Amino acid sequence: MRKLGYLALALLVALLAAACGSTKKSSSGSTSTAAVNCSNKNDLNLKTTDQLTIGTDNPAFPPWFGGTPHKPWQVSDPNSGQGYESAVAYAVAKQLGFDKSQVVWKHVPFANSYAPGPKPFDFDINQISFTPARAKVVDFSDSYYDVNQSVVVNKGTPIASVTTVAGLKPYDLGAQLGTTSYQFIKDTIKPTKQPSVFPSNTGAVQALKNKQIDGLVVDLPTAFYVTAVEVPNSKVLGQFPAEPGGEHFGMVFEKGNSLRTCVNQALTELRSNGTLKQLQQKWLAKATGAPILK
Amino acid sequence: MAGEGDRRSDPEVERRSRLLGGLHFEGEGARGVAIALLSTAVFLTVVIVAVTQSAGWPEVKRTFFDWGDISSSFPDIARAFKLNVEIFLVCEVFILIFALVIAVLRSLPGPAFFPLRALAIIYSDLARGVPTILVIALLGFGAPALQLTGVPRSRVFWAGVGLILVYSGYVAEVYRAGIESVHPSQEAAARSLGLSRFQALRRVILPQAIRRVIPPLLNDFIGLQKDTALVSTLGVVEAFNQANIDSAATFTYGSYLAAAALFVAITIPLARLTDWLIARDRQKRQASGAVA
Repeated sequence: MRKLGYLALALLVALLAAACGSTKKSSSGSTSTAAVNCSNKNDLNLKTTDQLTIGTDNPAFPPWFGGTPHKPWQVSDPNSGQGYESAVAYAVAKQLGFDKSQVVWKHVPFANSYAPGPKPFDFDINQISFTPARAKVVDFSDSYYDVNQSVVVNKGTPIASVTTVAGLKPYDLGAQLGTTSYQFIKDTIKPTKQPSVFPSNTGAVQALKNKQIDGLVVDLPTAFYVTAVEVPNSKVLGQFPAEPGGEHFGMVFEKGNSLRTCVNQALTELRSNGTLKQLQQKWLAKATGAPILK
Repeated sequence: MAGEGDRRSDPEVERRSRLLGGLHFEGEGARGVAIALLSTAVFLTVVIVAVTQSAGWPEVKRTFFDWGDISSSFPDIARAFKLNVEIFLVCEVFILIFALVIAVLRSLPGPAFFPLRALAIIYSDLARGVPTILVIALLGFGAPALQLTGVPRSRVFWAGVGLILVYSGYVAEVYRAGIESVHPSQEAAARSLGLSRFQALRRVILPQAIRRVIPPLLNDFIGLQKDTALVSTLGVVEAFNQANIDSAATFTYGSYLAAAALFVAITIPLARLTDWLIARDRQKRQASGAVA
């Protein structure tokens, strides 16, 4: 009699397996490849009409965001228009025909920016690197910043005298979750010890401060902020030579969102008229001139 | 038990029924089983149809149930899972000892022991009251920040200390329940035989108490095994953090399913073992006419 109990169990498993395998239902987000009109903001595909909803994580860190923190925002305020990402977002908004009051910032933790289902933002700008694997799940805008990875260390520690990528191998390295820095450590530095991955900037910085890790791998502009503000007595040991093809940050869109076409047009315009370069000089000027690790 | 004339009289059937735990078919017989099968099939069909016809299913299927994602992330996660198991095994030993000390302190009688009792109560209130993830973050980032010589910086070490502190709070309560379930006459009898208070505790009360609480103890260890994932807060790459890494690299969640499968592979056998021990214990007590 009990055998039938197993049979029921087996049936259950089989049905569940079938559920995962079946369904050829094709109803993927209808990507309207028809020509998108970007000149009138009423034609844009928006969450809320007449409003551009932009996501980013909280705290929003310099040099990507600036200004004095307000209400829900910590460390800095995306509404300020200060800091590179905030400034770029407002410049794009202006190109699309929004004035400053029509831009609404929304707190979107990194992990939520790619969660399946309808997105709570028109686009998300949060130092998210483009990768082909990620682009299968969400859509990325063109590059608004070409980024280099770098390593931050405590002054006076053994790692502080390293000058080559190979020299970093024996050390405890860390990165922040969701950055490409971890992959960079694994693929390029190939350290002998398992690198650490911190769920937040706060944890990563605290571990460096506590000397629980020897080096923190972050993008170069963030590295300069870490050394200037977050970890006293630390320095940018150096930046890594750019990967073939380079790495860039892109804004994240819900897959198939036609708004991307318009944002890309805006970015092209901002690049050709020199605005992007100007904003980089204004907000990320410090992020140059770190020695390149061979 | 024997001679009731039902299926329970067959020891083999009984063994399997214990293993299967909740799968009871009440109105037994072929008809009962047929009804159970049919209702299971109908229930599952409804669930599957509801899920797969939902608007978001194609996207969920792609991001969660992509076999390529699950299988490609599995080896790394399995390697990282070794750390979860190690943390679990080491912490378990310390918890068993430390919690027993707390529980004994808490059950000391008389006004002279009030401070120790109070300490034990405060400890288990705090240990159970603060979220485990906070305890781990506070210890893991806070203790090394003191920069005291001799204080370890290892994050795995501090995460282990955090888990031991928290779980000892729960396990001490389990022990206490066991100690209090031993009838006072047991201690009285032991003392009247000339055993000291400590000897009575050591030789008479604790052996009975601990045997009774083995199932709830195992229950707490199932919880502990799962909570080793909280070590990821400190940046340590264990199974959950490795799954996070894979998820963030591809923006998919197949890696989470791979990690879940590994945890379940340990916790489900533990759960079955617990149920089996409970059933065996119940049977023993019935057979021996319920001692104490």
